Amino acid sequence: MRTLIYLFIGILFGITMFKSEAASWFRIYEMFQMQSFHMYGIIGSAVGLGVVITYLIKRFKIKSIYGEEIKFIPKNKSISRYLFGGIIFGLGWALAGACPGPMFTLVGAGFAPILIVIVFSIIGTFIYGIIRDKLPH
Amino acid sequence: MKFILQPWPWYVSGPLIALVLFLLLFVGKNFGMSSNLRTLCTICGADKKSDFFKFNWKSQRWNLVVMIGAIIGGFIGANFLTNTTAVTINPDTVEHLQQLGFSSAGNAYLPTELYSLDALTDIKSIVILAVGGLLVGFGTRYAGGCTSGHAISGLSNLQLPSLIAVIGFFIGGLFMIHVLYPLIF
Repeated sequence: MRTLIYLFIGILFGITMFKSEAASWFRIYEMFQMQSFHMYGIIGSAVGLGVVITYLIKRFKIKSIYGEEIKFIPKNKSISRYLFGGIIFGLGWALAGACPGPMFTLVGAGFAPILIVIVFSIIGTFIYGIIRDKLPH
Repeated sequence: MKFILQPWPWYVSGPLIALVLFLLLFVGKNFGMSSNLRTLCTICGADKKSDFFKFNWKSQRWNLVVMIGAIIGGFIGANFLTNTTAVTINPDTVEHLQQLGFSSAGNAYLPTELYSLDALTDIKSIVILAVGGLLVGFGTRYAGGCTSGHAISGLSNLQLPSLIAVIGFFIGGLFMIHVLYPLIF
């Protein structure tokens, strides 16, 4: 049952990514050219509502469907890892035109070459795991 | 029905992403897709090479199911909910892209120069996709999250680290498009 719920949420996410065109390389390029409000509207409205949702859950101590406390894990304090990691991610996001959610949506949409991006993003994650002790965090 | 078959506007799509965030929180989970890349490393045996991958991957099985859902959602969206896949971007953007050699700009969902089956026979296209993937995978784990984990979940929780990461995303993205693209394409 739980698995079906996760699957349903994933399907909703995948359809949204495809239909919103957030999974389109062109939309990402257009966003970084600052020539459309579309992507900013998507991210902005999602975050705006997300702030309200997160606040209400905390404020009213809303419990999960299973009656457990909903926990928000604060991110560790640092600047370098978020800045350097973020810049590297941004370079790849703009080059491949896909981030780790839409990547999988594009597999379902039938774009075979996205599998190259996915395989190499797994390799990229692996390389990070190998050399992370040598990086500033 | 006609509305569904059209591309969805931002004021529909953004709230739906917020709904996904809410649903995941409501079932006691967090919205963050890039964690799956780490889980996939562990499943492939990366835990033998680095402690970073030593964790019980089955605790992340739920997220892999979300990922599989995202694949199915892409299939449904592309095959049943869409009558035209051409992405109508700004005409100025189309012109920019055509100058760079992307003739499919304005007529396709993804550039055929990178994402058609023909592109798989072009070394340059393959290298671009591979390097893009490497940077995304490396950067997202270094930053501790991607667009979903930082830009949506993290900013919704007013996390300063997520704001720094998102600023980083845009520094990297803007540099790639404005400085490196004219050199690459």
